[in-house]
Amino acid sequence: MSDKKKKKLTPEQQQYQDFAKARVPKAPVFANCIKAFLTGGLICAIGQGLNWFFMTYFNFDEKTVGSPTSAVLIFLSVLFTSLGFYDHIAQFAGAGTAVPVTGFANTIASAAIEHRSEGYVLGVGGNMFKIAGPVIVYGVFSAFVVALVRLIIEWLGGI
Amino acid sequence: MLKGHQTWVFDSKPAIIGSAAVGGPFEAQSAIADDFDILYDDIWLGQDSFEKAEKKMLEQACETAIKKAGLKKEDVQFFMSGDLINQIISSSFTARTLGIPYLGIYGACSSSMEGLALAALMVDARFARNALAATSSHNAASEKQYRYPTEYGAQKPPYAQWTVTGAGAVLVSNEGEGPRVTAATIGRVVDMGISDPFNMGAAMAPAAVDTIMAHFKDLSIDATQYDLIATGDLGKVGHRIAADLLKKRGIGISKDKLTDCGILIYKEEQQVFAGGSGCACAAATTYGHLLNRMRRGELKKILVVATGALLSPMSYQQKESIPCIAHAVSIEM
Repeated sequence: MSDKKKKKLTPEQQQYQDFAKARVPKAPVFANCIKAFLTGGLICAIGQGLNWFFMTYFNFDEKTVGSPTSAVLIFLSVLFTSLGFYDHIAQFAGAGTAVPVTGFANTIASAAIEHRSEGYVLGVGGNMFKIAGPVIVYGVFSAFVVALVRLIIEWLGGI
Repeated sequence: MLKGHQTWVFDSKPAIIGSAAVGGPFEAQSAIADDFDILYDDIWLGQDSFEKAEKKMLEQACETAIKKAGLKKEDVQFFMSGDLINQIISSSFTARTLGIPYLGIYGACSSSMEGLALAALMVDARFARNALAATSSHNAASEKQYRYPTEYGAQKPPYAQWTVTGAGAVLVSNEGEGPRVTAATIGRVVDMGISDPFNMGAAMAPAAVDTIMAHFKDLSIDATQYDLIATGDLGKVGHRIAADLLKKRGIGISKDKLTDCGILIYKEEQQVFAGGSGCACAAATTYGHLLNRMRRGELKKILVVATGALLSPMSYQQKESIPCIAHAVSIEM
């Protein structure tokens, strides 16, 4: 909790926060980092293997191979999500499955499955981007800002 | 009769003449599986949404409790129920099916004891002969409402809890045999500034302690009066905090006497983080497991302190802390 927020607490609440904090088990951050590194790395290694596969057996080069590789990873992520075990892998992997493209696919697929009961339009359509939405909004916006900065630097004579 | 500041003593000692617990597949593997009346092997219960599945469990719990009491729906004057779904639809839709005059209540996971206290109050005051109190929760429906989609891969911290899929119902009557409701302490809302919605145990523990202390003070008794004091769904984390907090405030309760439904319900090897939670946690454990132990003579007098976190997904996003409540009901055999 931020210090700013803590200031709003009464002394009694503050005292309890410390009392409770000493009794709440902490998330194993270091172990989670190792697990995330290994599973995230494994997913990337699979991606690299797919890259090689598409470049060797199909007509793709370094620039174009990203699309079929992402498509396969996304497909696998959605498949695992719909079969109901992606969330179990994620409980182990944490950021390892959340950061790669598989995590993004999972946010959309899981929300779509969840809200199927409210119909295809308002349920699936309306809720599909519930978790992925902010990522898209701020991803696109920050890309726009970065592009703008680059253009300005170029216009000023570049580096 | 009011005693002390916030405790009702039921002089007529209304009897629990019927009780029922319904559970889902995860509960069928739990430590108290034998105490459920109905268990399902599918979280959908053959319905097309989790919300409908929860409603079906609640309906079955109510119907089973009435049946076990040897009564018909028409014999029950009032029905009180609450749950975690928006606008307590599980409860209201169950009331539609039952056709019993209904009061919807909401105390989050404390709804079980809130309902039982009110039912006992009605019967004791002779405003009802038979009153039914029930509550339910569904793991996937709660996750959907409070957190993320069920299949979303988010890592939970070790102090998170597992919402029980189930329902519990209890029929309180002015005549008949069964465990008797002798007193109830209505809790006040306590907010110690915890704002992490995964950390329910730590948020609710002070509310449980507040209600337990009020109960003892109002009735001028201590923990030796009870064979068991069970909090609703503090889980391992909240239970430890509550035990230490009671000790700090000079209330001595021996270790084997103070327990928590969220710890009792699941087996050690079940992956439930810090323990069970949800309305059905206290309801199914009390109305199934604990009442059965009383009927078998293993427990003579118990105090159930159901705890509730009164937050909403919106209040959490607006950075509000979590107000919590606990209601205690004393049951004697």
